Amino acid sequence: MSYYLGLAQLIGIHTLLGLSAYVLMLTGQLSLGQAGFFAIGAYSAGILTVIFELPILPALLAAAVIAAFFAFIVGFPALRVKGLMLVVATIAFGEFVRLFFFNLSWRVPRGDIEVGPDSTNGFREIRYFVANGWSPWEITAFVWTFVILVMAALWWMDRSRAGAVLRAVGEDELATQSVGINLTAVKVAAMTAGGFIAGIGGALYAHTATYIDHLTFTVLLATFAVSYPILGGLSSVFGTLVAVVFIQGVLVEELRFLGDWRNIVFGLLIIMAMNLKPSGLFDARTAQVLKRAVGLGGGEKSDA
Amino acid sequence: MLELRGLSKHFGGVKAVDELDITVNEGEIFGLIGPNGSGKSTTINLICGVYEETAGTVRFREELMNGKPPHLRLRAGIARTFQNIRLFPNLTVWQNLWVAQNSPEDLATQGFMSRWFGDTRRTRREIATLLEFADLDHKSDELASNLAFGEQRRLEFARAAAARPKLLLLDEPAAGMNHQEIHDLSRRIRRMRDSGVTILLVEHVMELVMGVAEQIAVLNFGQKIASGTPGDVQRNKAVQEAYLGTSDPDSRSVDMGA
Repeated sequence: MSYYLGLAQLIGIHTLLGLSAYVLMLTGQLSLGQAGFFAIGAYSAGILTVIFELPILPALLAAAVIAAFFAFIVGFPALRVKGLMLVVATIAFGEFVRLFFFNLSWRVPRGDIEVGPDSTNGFREIRYFVANGWSPWEITAFVWTFVILVMAALWWMDRSRAGAVLRAVGEDELATQSVGINLTAVKVAAMTAGGFIAGIGGALYAHTATYIDHLTFTVLLATFAVSYPILGGLSSVFGTLVAVVFIQGVLVEELRFLGDWRNIVFGLLIIMAMNLKPSGLFDARTAQVLKRAVGLGGGEKSDA
Repeated sequence: MLELRGLSKHFGGVKAVDELDITVNEGEIFGLIGPNGSGKSTTINLICGVYEETAGTVRFREELMNGKPPHLRLRAGIARTFQNIRLFPNLTVWQNLWVAQNSPEDLATQGFMSRWFGDTRRTRREIATLLEFADLDHKSDELASNLAFGEQRRLEFARAAAARPKLLLLDEPAAGMNHQEIHDLSRRIRRMRDSGVTILLVEHVMELVMGVAEQIAVLNFGQKIASGTPGDVQRNKAVQEAYLGTSDPDSRSVDMGA
């Protein structure tokens, strides 16, 4: 059972990671820096519960705010470039963050041992859940509370004017500017929101894993982050969730016997998906078909 | 209201717009015409801040616009349409107009939450008015990409009007339209003007320009070669040469009739 709960936690956390990339992708920007914000959230939350002995909730929120702050700061210079240049700039940022934590050593005595990030040896003592006797069920419920809150917030945002503006920027930047929208402000806001969400994900990751080191937060993790919305499509937040379940729940878990060859299957899948369904596996049309299948109406719309 | 002085834009060695002086007075419909490649669209892009000028000034209601990004020029009161329609194709008609709710009234009266996350009665009323103006009431939930060509043009016109501009720049709004559609467009342009909006119309279709414009400037190779009323311009020798050419009359023949 605890295997499945662990998997459910992982899926929840990766959904948050994917949604952090989703927000920015609505504006047509691809960031490979999401692992960096995730790392900032993970280390910040760990430091807050371990060194400052804060309870999990304030630590998690503070970590998300810290990650959002860095996303905001990085957003201004990074979003001056787009496309491939933005990808390169955000990879550089992600690596910068990773190497920072690779070098960070902040040990404080706690009883007869020392705790805190220990550069290359990682950060081993993030045991808030264990120390406070949380059951795996409670941890899973805690993780999914945030997944559901974030998904609900994004779902609601998508239906608001803000959502329409983000998508408008993604469709035509010049036209959006011409109707009076401040492009930089919109993109930086999306980046900041993405940083906040990645920060929550990182904080949850650190506490469910109890041990983190810089090797978790490589470009591979950032690639996963953008793969989810690419595979799931941008028509709704559920696409990202479906993609995470598919990749983490089905591919990564079921193909474990392939060992490292899994990653090749994973890469092939992305290439195939981008060619066969450029707007995502879970695009508007698929959503329409599913809706019709479960009898939620939507039949009056012709195929768009 | 709009003063262009010595406005120039050079792309490498090409002088797309060269030392252009134009004055558009408040409340008039001003036509900017000229053969292909004469610098009309470049002029619009300079006024809107899409291009940075090589030299010269753009003044709008006495205020210097040089260096201002497009969204601030819009908020100052300059809205535009595009020569090649640029809607948000995967947003609905309603959403296209919703994104464009950036009139000075909107910015002044709405708080952050109601502006970005709300759906106020005022916004809904504004959008309903725009839909009626563009004859798109029945298409409000349709994706913009599903609209017919003429409907897309009308939606773009309405989207530009959404910001309650003082000056509206129309970049070849009649391109590809039939006679009836041009007639409707003229009516819509006059209606805009009568509601207090100054119009700068860049156009190839003479039927439209000669019909609605009160003042006209003619560009050729980036320079103004004539200006005045439609009548003056039609009689102008330089204009006739620019349009009809001096050696090859067929290549640039344009019906100058109103």
